[in-house]
Formats: sequence, structure tokens, C-alpha cells
Amino acid sequence: MRRFSWFNATSLTLGFAFLYFPMVILVIYSFNESKLVTVWAGFSTKWYGELLQNEAFLDAAWVTVRVAVMSSTIATLLGTMAAYTLVRAGRFPGRTLFSGMIYAPLVMPEVITGLSLLLLFIAIGLDRGVTTIVLAHTTFSMCYVSVVVSSRLMSFDRSLEEAALDLGCTPWDAFRSVTLPIIAPAVISGWLLAFTLSLDDLVIASFTSGPSSTTLPIKIFSAVRLGVSPEINALSTIMIGIVAVGVISASLISKRAAIQREREERQAAG
Amino acid sequence: MNFRRLFLIGLPYLWLLALFLIPFGIVLKISLSDIALAIPPYTPTLDFSEGLAGLGRFLAALDFENFTWLTQDELYWRAYLSSLQIAVVATLITLAVGFPIAYGMARAPDEWRPTLMMLVILPFWTSFLIRVYSWMGILGREGVLNQVLMWSGIISEPLTILNTNTAVYIGIVYTYLPFMILPIYATLDKLDVSLLEAAEDLGCTRTSAFWLVTLPLARPGIIAGCFLVFIPTLGEFVIPSLLGGSDTLMIGKVLWEEFSANRDWPVASAVAVVLLLILIIPIVLFQRNQQRQAEAEQ
Repeated sequence: MRRFSWFNATSLTLGFAFLYFPMVILVIYSFNESKLVTVWAGFSTKWYGELLQNEAFLDAAWVTVRVAVMSSTIATLLGTMAAYTLVRAGRFPGRTLFSGMIYAPLVMPEVITGLSLLLLFIAIGLDRGVTTIVLAHTTFSMCYVSVVVSSRLMSFDRSLEEAALDLGCTPWDAFRSVTLPIIAPAVISGWLLAFTLSLDDLVIASFTSGPSSTTLPIKIFSAVRLGVSPEINALSTIMIGIVAVGVISASLISKRAAIQREREERQAAG
Repeated sequence: MNFRRLFLIGLPYLWLLALFLIPFGIVLKISLSDIALAIPPYTPTLDFSEGLAGLGRFLAALDFENFTWLTQDELYWRAYLSSLQIAVVATLITLAVGFPIAYGMARAPDEWRPTLMMLVILPFWTSFLIRVYSWMGILGREGVLNQVLMWSGIISEPLTILNTNTAVYIGIVYTYLPFMILPIYATLDKLDVSLLEAAEDLGCTRTSAFWLVTLPLARPGIIAGCFLVFIPTLGEFVIPSLLGGSDTLMIGKVLWEEFSANRDWPVASAVAVVLLLILIIPIVLFQRNQQRQAEAEQ
């Protein structure tokens, strides 16, 4: 049985204090009565009320969610196809270029991706709006999906697929009834990753959005450039809350699934 | 090759060609163009509508004018140098902060680890912009930090931290810390503890066992973490524009301003091309490190 040594306990405490302290401050000050964010003037939820009445923020939030749902869904389809191609399709002409194009966007500075996509949209005369943001977000997030899904594809036993094919499945049936259920967790986490990346993105969206399609990060950025604002604190608190609930419940669900699986395996063995 | 296979390979392939590779071709092309007062604001020197004659004319008139401009105007090379400096220093600070945390996690009791892991990953899912913004309320002249320091009597005048390079360093270390912790934790977690016991049995002190055994074995994780912090930091835009001051020079910010405020597309494109050339070296080194690690595991 290992215990915490005093050194490890101290570094973990300090480290996590550093990681969480700014967010705690942000949440506390979102309940501040005063407009001056730095002076505590008593508890109030009035900034949440004002936020809900701010049409510009609500519109931007709606655009952001629409973009995120569309781009992450297309990215999951394309990314899963790309992963399948990279892991299973063997050799084909231009494979090196293809795998290069899958990995390059992961390390590309956002300013360059944004600039190059904007120049493309202008060159082909596509008006900037929701469509162009969706195209841009799909392009970089499909690469993340493909990395997540291909690591799962590489680790699973290929003989299961071959058995299905030997037993008379068509390749599509084998994919649907054997491969897909096995890679499903990776596909789902790929979708979640793509969705979060799209929700978060400021730089690429700023380059590719039009005047009628401001996303929430663009709105937040232009508001906070002028300084700290209690409304943005309230908005941030809501967003942090959603993420915390999501991540914690996802980890509880996967923990329960692991316990369930262990129990079933024990029963099967006994 | 049957139709289904062609579709499976072709669709993502074409998508990336059209929305990743071709846009780079356009950036490269515009970086070689001249600025003009028009919409779009540049004169193309390469015109494919004239066919081969256009290409010939383009090659004859090729002058790399925008790239020469980058080397002559002090602003640009100072911005590249200062981005490199900020990225290197911030990466080293992140390593110094992140390593003890990763080490503590790897040595924690087993039942604690999933929770610690979740605590590292949780900020990663939280909006990057919000995490940077959260420091504005802390580091400002009337921010939380100054209030606490003045209240406790450590300082009598508020410190100016926001809108300086110090704030930029804090922002980078804070936002990229999980990228440093996770790869180091992954290598330390796999480390065979019996190696450390063997070292101690053979007369090593704890400290020298750490330097001679733990650190060399953690090297792939350390290298991966450093690149994962260094590469995105070099082109960073949000952190210098929210936490940095007017004298904070970072190339991502310069590119943005050149493009949106000055509307000088050819120079913005040239800035992007040079940034990419600088980034190719660390990216190739990073890929090699990852490949070596994957081979070592097999």
C-alpha cells in the first residue's frame, strides 16, 4: 500500500491549487453585486439575469451550438473514415500525403489555419457565415477524431472482423455488427472532442465568420478586451459548470461500466 | 479498386486537399503578390487563366519582395525572436511546474489516481479563452492578487503585472500545464519501481537514483510535453492579446494585426509562411520522438 510522501502531497496540493484557483475566483466574483469586479459588494445573481436578457449573447450562443453540432458530426464521419483508411486500407497512391494532412492540422498554429481558409473562401467567392465556420471547424476537428479512432482501431483484434467475413458477412455487415460496436467509445469521445474544440475556437472562427454569424468566443473576446466584466464572469461560470457536470458524470458512467464488466467476467469465470 | 474503397479513401482525402492543402497554396501564392488598394487587396502575380504564359511571366517577375520586407523591417524579426524567447522560457517554466505534479500523480496511491487524472483533464475541457480571461481579474492593478498583497502589508503600491510579459508567462504556463503533465505522467506511470529499488540496493541515494534512473527513463515524456507546449505557444494569439501589453511582441499577434488592421494580405501571408518554416524543425523532431517511443514500446 503506497502512501503520499510529504513532498508529493505538497507538489500535488500546490499544483492543483494553481490549476483551480483562477476558476474559483471567477465563479465567486460572478455573484458579486458590484459592477466593479474588484470590489466585493455582497451576494447577487443579477448578472445572470442580465445575461439571459442580453440578446446578442443568446444569438451568439445559438450560432455556436449549431456550428458545433454540425461540424462535430461531419468531422466524426470523415475522421472515422480517415482512421479506417489509415489503419485498414493498406497501401494506396498518396498515402504518405494523406497521413501527413491528418497530422499537420494538430500542430498548425490557429492563425495560419484561419488565414489560409479565409483566403480560400475569398478566392472561390464563398460568403462568410455559418457554412464557412462549419467547413473550417470540420477540417481541423476531423483530424483529432481520426487520431482518437485510429488508436482504438489499432489496438483491437482483427481476427474478429475476419471471423465475421468467414461466416458470410458482407464487409459492410462486418463493419456494422463487429467493428462499429468495438470502436463506438472512441467514436463518441471523438465527437465530444470535436464538439468542445468547436465551442472553444476563437481564432479560426474570427477569420472565417461573417457579420451575421458571430460565435460566443468572438463575442466574449471582444467584450473582455475592454476589461473584466461581471456578465462575462457569469457566462464563464455557466460554461465551467456544464463542463464539470459533463466530465464528472462521464467518468462516473465509465467507472460503473468497468465495475459491471468486472462482475460479469467474474460470474462467467465462476 | 472497388467503388466502396474509393469512396472511403476519397472523401476525407478530397476534403483535406480542398480545405487544408489548397489553402496553403493560396497563402504561398499571395505571399508572393504585391499589395494593392482593391478588393481583394493584392495584385496576383501568378495568374493561371493565362496558362503556361502566365506561369512564365510569374517566374520572370518573382521577387520575394514581401520576404525581403520581413528581414528589413525591424518589427518582424524582433517579433519572431521574441516569440521564440517567450516560447522557450515558458516551456521551461511549465516543465519545472508540471514535472513535480506528474511525479506526485505517478507516486500517488492507486485509488487516488483516477481522481487526480480527472482533475488534470477537467481544465482541458474548459474554454481556453475563459481560462486566459480568469487571470485578468487576478493580475490587474485592482485585481485579487494586488488586494491580498496590499491587505497583508507585503506591498504598499499595487504591482503592475497585467499587460506585461510576466502575465503572458503566467497565462501560458497555466493554460498549457495539462499538456506537460499528461505525457510525463504516462512515462512515469509505466516506470518499473523495482529499478529504483535495485539502484538503492546497489548503493544509490534516493536523489541520485532519481537523477540516474527516473529522469532518463522519463525523457520521452519530458520531450513530448515540451514540444506540446512549445509548438502552439510560438503562434499564440489569445494570451498575448489579453494578458500582454503593447510592448509584448508575438508573431501570432503581428500576423493578426497585419491582416485585419493594416489589411496587408501579402505581408500577412509572408509572415505565415516564415512562421511555418520555423515550426517545421520542432514538428519533425517531435514526430521522431513519438516514433522512437512507439518503437521502444513494441
